Amino acid sequence: MTYLTDDPIDPRALVESVMRRSDGAYVLFEGVVRDHHEGKAVESIFYDAYRPMAEKEIESILREVQAQFPDVALAVVHRLGHLIVGDASIAIVAASPHRAESFAACRLVIDRIKETVPIWKKERGPDGEEWVGWQGQC
Amino acid sequence: MLRMKVRLLFFAVLRDIAGSDEQVLAVDEGTTARDVWESLRRTYAKLAAYTQPPMIAINESYAAPDAVLRDGDELAFIPPVAGG
Repeated sequence: MTYLTDDPIDPRALVESVMRRSDGAYVLFEGVVRDHHEGKAVESIFYDAYRPMAEKEIESILREVQAQFPDVALAVVHRLGHLIVGDASIAIVAASPHRAESFAACRLVIDRIKETVPIWKKERGPDGEEWVGWQGQC
Repeated sequence: MLRMKVRLLFFAVLRDIAGSDEQVLAVDEGTTARDVWESLRRTYAKLAAYTQPPMIAINESYAAPDAVLRDGDELAFIPPVAGG
C-alpha cells in the first residue's frame, strides 16, 4: 500500500476504495492549502517527506486506529510536492456501519498523522519562504 | 578503534542547511545519534544554537538520541513534522 502521491488527490476514488455494503456512513476529511499562516500570506506550499518512513508511520497509525475502532474501514492519501492555495494536501476516509465511529476514527487518524509522520512543509508567500515549525523549536 | 559507516539523510530545513540530501559518515564504534548532531552543530552555524537534537530516526524508526549507531545504519534527524 502506498499512502503518498505526487499527483492531485481523487477523493471519490478514495471513498470507493473503502466502502463496503455494510457501511451506512463515511466521513471524508480533506486538508487544504489556505492563503495564510500565523498572519502571513501564503501562495503555495512545498511538501517534503522521508518517504519510506512516512509510509510505515501512516501504516502504523492506521493499524492503531483500526484496533480502537474495529468496525471502521480506513484509507489515507497524502500529496507531496508543490501545492497551491485550494489544493488538497491530504484526504482521509473512514467508513462504518454507523456514523459515530467514522467521525471519531477520522479525527484520530488526522491528529496522529500530524504528530508523528515525517512530512514537512515549506510555505511560500510575498514575504519569502519558511519551513513550518522550525523557527526556534528544534 | 573500529570505524563504521553511517548514512545520514537530510530532509526539509536540514537539507537546505546542509546543501545536500545525504552524507556518508565514518564514525567510531560507540558513536550515538546525539554525537552526530553535535558534529553537525559545529559544522553548520545555523544549527549551533540547537543544543538538543530534533527527533531521531534510525533505519526508518524513531529512536532515542543516545541510541548507539551500528555499521550500515541509516540515520535521519526529523525536524518538527508538519504533515496533514
